[in-house]
Amino acid sequence: MGDKMKFSDFICFDALVPVMSGPDRDSAIGELVRSLDNAGKLGRGNCKKITDAVISREREASTGMGKGVAVPHVKHKAVKDVVATVGLCGAGIDFSALDKQPVYSVILLVSPADYPDKHLQAMEHIFQHLQQEKFRKFLRQCQTAGQIEDLLREADENPSL
Amino acid sequence: METPVCETEVEIKNADGLHMRPAMQFVDIANRFKCAVTVSSGQTEADGKSIMQMSMLAATVGTKLKIKAEGADAPQLVDALRELVEVKLFGEPPPEK
Repeated sequence: MGDKMKFSDFICFDALVPVMSGPDRDSAIGELVRSLDNAGKLGRGNCKKITDAVISREREASTGMGKGVAVPHVKHKAVKDVVATVGLCGAGIDFSALDKQPVYSVILLVSPADYPDKHLQAMEHIFQHLQQEKFRKFLRQCQTAGQIEDLLREADENPSL
Repeated sequence: METPVCETEVEIKNADGLHMRPAMQFVDIANRFKCAVTVSSGQTEADGKSIMQMSMLAATVGTKLKIKAEGADAPQLVDALRELVEVKLFGEPPPEK
């Protein structure tokens, strides 16, 4: 196993969306992919393709893992490293989650096509924190991109958060 | 009567490792059984019935996982999980040579 990955290694802090405008799963995914694209993380002309790929992956099996969080993701050759962003929606989004409850916090990942281990290391870090109630609660309460960034950087320093 | 305990070690053999879909298959099978099951990668221990905890193992191809099941149906569970991981490879391809 390589070095541990941290949020600051793969989250694009310029692409955080503290208040997602979309009412449903597909528009939330679209908004987050667009945000990564606007931050220049996805190369040219890949935004729509990646959005469609994430949605189609989501249709196969929901990444709404329960407890108000979802981690939609896809592998795509447009990226050489894992890039991810976070979106929040206070009203809750129907993600067809495992526990059938609405999703309030979405972490969207685009992983390179050829390095499955990098994808796994990013997921390891994400779920180390997402499985902790405190972290889920603090994330859901964030209202600005700055607050999300502070929380993620704090989590990088504190494994028990 | 003593509770049966079964322990085994399995190796991840599909190229993409234990990403979310394989982890879900694992948890689906584990939840069909009554016994408790923990999975350890050496550094991290996870509840084999929790998708969040299983996603945290980040088991790449070649990783060996210890599976420990406790309960009346522990032997059957361990057999089913071994088949999923090492025989069926979660329905995914092994690494290209």
